[in-house]
Amino acid sequence: MKDVKILGPGCKRCQATADMVKAEAEKLGVEVAISKVTDYAAIAHYGIASTPGIVIDGKVVHAGGLPKQEAVAGWLKA
Amino acid sequence: MMTKSTEAGLLHRRDLDALKWLGGTLAMLGLWLVLYRQLVPFSQWVVSLLPMERNTHLGDAIAFFVYDTPKVLLLLTLVVFAMGVVRSFFSPEKTRALLAGRVEGIGNVLAAGLGTLTPFCSCSAVPLFIGFVSAGVPLGITFSFLIAAPMVNEVALGLLFALVGWKVAVTYLALGLSVAILGGYVIGRLKLESWLEPWVRDIRAGYAELPDQNLALVDRIKAGIEAVKDIVGRVWIWILVGIAAGALIHGYVPADLMARVMGADTWWSVPAAVLLGIPMYTNAVGIIPIVEALIAKGAGLGTTLAFMMSVIALSLPEMIILRKVLSMKLILVFVGVVGTGILVVGYIFNALFH
Repeated sequence: MKDVKILGPGCKRCQATADMVKAEAEKLGVEVAISKVTDYAAIAHYGIASTPGIVIDGKVVHAGGLPKQEAVAGWLKA
Repeated sequence: MMTKSTEAGLLHRRDLDALKWLGGTLAMLGLWLVLYRQLVPFSQWVVSLLPMERNTHLGDAIAFFVYDTPKVLLLLTLVVFAMGVVRSFFSPEKTRALLAGRVEGIGNVLAAGLGTLTPFCSCSAVPLFIGFVSAGVPLGITFSFLIAAPMVNEVALGLLFALVGWKVAVTYLALGLSVAILGGYVIGRLKLESWLEPWVRDIRAGYAELPDQNLALVDRIKAGIEAVKDIVGRVWIWILVGIAAGALIHGYVPADLMARVMGADTWWSVPAAVLLGIPMYTNAVGIIPIVEALIAKGAGLGTTLAFMMSVIALSLPEMIILRKVLSMKLILVFVGVVGTGILVVGYIFNALFH
């Protein structure tokens, strides 16, 4: 089970990122628990400066803009 | 042996792929040039189909609209594509690492320059602000970045260059950067760190180590195309509204009235333009056709550009977003410093381009 956090104040792109991770995980058959972090202070603690950000099992893998689909697959498989 | 030949095959295919993308890009640029060359004949043909005289108010306004719409959209697509490619070399995280712990002065210059090049969407303004300040970027330098980012908007600059001329565009770039550098420097000197919202001050975050993405040329071209889809898809409606407003000004506003109200000789026109710009909110790109029409009608260049800077850099919605991290006092200082800078720029422009 991978713990995936989507960091972002709740803009359209953050939602799109969350949907993308969910769809990709289903496709790959990887079990994930997706949660959203919308609090600005909490987002800042992860050390990113642009949103949406993605944290998988405590590690920041992405910041700023929609991620690429292949990249998402790579993170989920790792 | 086997693996080596497959590797070579893969490499070969990647090269071919890159060539295809490069060729496609060049072909599109060629097509763009052909279309751009057809603009004047095309708009003349469309206007000639309309059942009205060319030299009436309405005919004038419609001609402006028919000519400007495809022109601005074509130019916008090219500028956004080019900037999308350039921007793929920058990210807010990299910029922050460059700016953290910088001394004021050189740091402000660097921040203003990077502000024009670093991609970030306005919904990211608050995380960006906190991310910068909490990682040790001085407050004044953060402000230089935040002022430059919307004001010296590279898309607006590209359109200004194409529609109004290179002298105006270069002067706008120089003065816009000056406002960002000096504005940030002044805010830094005032030592206003204690005016941040307390919880922002208390965050001391490091920065995340992001895997370095080594992008190939193909990825950068794709980034440019993504930027076109995203930005042109978002701002075209603003542009149509802007061109329509520009067309009305072009067709109906009498030139002598314009010269009296917004002319370079009217001293109060610059502050009035700045005040008028604050509550207005439009995309930077939507305002360029209005600028074009105002200047053509004899409005002072400084007055017009002060209006443009004020609309873009001092927008009420953005201040409401920033209120989450800045105290009201700090926002007022921000408005005061940037507003003064814009005023000065307006007067300088009016004096230079007379």
